[in-house]
Amino acid sequence: MLRIENLVMQYKTGDQALKNVNLEVPNGQVMALIGPSGAGKSTLIRCVNRLVEPTSGNIHLGGIQLNKLGTRELRKARRRMGMIFQEYALVERLSVMENVLSGRLGYVGFWRSFFRKFPQKDIDEAFRLLERVGLDHMADKRADELSGGQRQRVGICRALIQDPELLLVDEPTASLDPKTSRQIMRLICELCEERHLAAIINIHDVLLAQMFARRIVGLQLGEIVYDGPPDGLTSDVLTQIYGEEDWEATIQKVEEEENGSEEQPAV
Amino acid sequence: MFVDDAHRQAADLAERMVPPKWSYMEKLWMPIWDTLNIATLGTALAIIMAFPIAFCAARNTTPSKIFVRPIALFIIVSSRSINSLIWALMLVTLIGPGVMAGVIAIGLRSIGFCAKLLYEAIEEIDPSQVEAITATGASGAQKLSYGIVPQILPAFAGISVFRWDINIRESTVLGLVGAGGIGLQLDASISTLAWTQVSMILLVILGTVIVSEWISAKIRHAII
Repeated sequence: MLRIENLVMQYKTGDQALKNVNLEVPNGQVMALIGPSGAGKSTLIRCVNRLVEPTSGNIHLGGIQLNKLGTRELRKARRRMGMIFQEYALVERLSVMENVLSGRLGYVGFWRSFFRKFPQKDIDEAFRLLERVGLDHMADKRADELSGGQRQRVGICRALIQDPELLLVDEPTASLDPKTSRQIMRLICELCEERHLAAIINIHDVLLAQMFARRIVGLQLGEIVYDGPPDGLTSDVLTQIYGEEDWEATIQKVEEEENGSEEQPAV
Repeated sequence: MFVDDAHRQAADLAERMVPPKWSYMEKLWMPIWDTLNIATLGTALAIIMAFPIAFCAARNTTPSKIFVRPIALFIIVSSRSINSLIWALMLVTLIGPGVMAGVIAIGLRSIGFCAKLLYEAIEEIDPSQVEAITATGASGAQKLSYGIVPQILPAFAGISVFRWDINIRESTVLGLVGAGGIGLQLDASISTLAWTQVSMILLVILGTVIVSEWISAKIRHAII
């Protein structure tokens, strides 16, 4: 279970990205974090694996207090948190296989990784994961030869091969077309269910969040302003999160899609 | 005025230079081979030294912006500000004349060039790829080899070949100060006024430079 207590993040410029955030994510729960740009969604998940150092507050994962760890322990703890990025963040000039295996870097020593001598079970697992996301025939392709959706699948494999208990997902669909976005979101949610993973999915697309997550947390200017089920996102709530707009169309479209779509969301 | 009869002097010199002494070629194979070796080994030496210096000089990878980075930048500037002929002149007095002095002179001269271009390439990498590698729990060295090196490899190869190409040209004159290579023959031929030999040497240098440019263009094309 991930527990965040009184998390504050203040940038050097004085901007408070996060103001006293309290959040609990139980094991196996897929949670969507919505909010406008600049609300602090990315900062929040980056504080969890400390790509960004929080100013104050406590973060616990399982029995470990993440914000107190030294460099070596932090590396070990990061293995338990897989991260998926907005622009995929694959190493473009490495092969698909190397990108997937880079998820094991926390487990193998430098020279083994330098000479690409990963343990056979890691390689087998990489092939299994690539097969699971439908890319096993692409293993030797270079990452920059892939399309956006394919790259994000590789990103998912890289996160999963870490054997994590928590996924930190940062705008996984922001650079994808609507259909691929749905496929990627469905894949992430299915994999979380298969592997009983908890996930925090940053997403600014309210529709997608409602389709795929059972719990929605709304962040606005560094504060949690909504925490509840997807159908609790009324016009008033959305106004509170994003500001004044005509939300009726958004809410209606969700209902239509949920009733009329042949793609059953894997919630 | 000396300029007044310059055209006559030039015509005179040109006349004395043709035809090139083709038979002299058999004495030039060894010196031109030395010249190629000076350029190649010197470039290799420079690259080996430039690699760590570049990482110390790049803002995003330097161990310390206050201490290490200024030192690295100073090494780069001093290497670039001294011409290879001057390096060679100093080295010949230090370690004696010969190919070795040439190799080191070319090496020292090229460190700055290679390190400067390389650290600029390092500063321009996409940080999100490094962030992703960091998030897996990778160590510092692993971040370097998986997150940064693949991104700068094309620049690295391009810089090396480019510098090798420049060094071929620079190493042809090192012999003038005694640092080995075809410049030795050039110096000797000029001082004995053997102008047909001089023209032969110039032709050989021209040929070598053309071939090296062709090779480096091919290699760069293949990498990028």
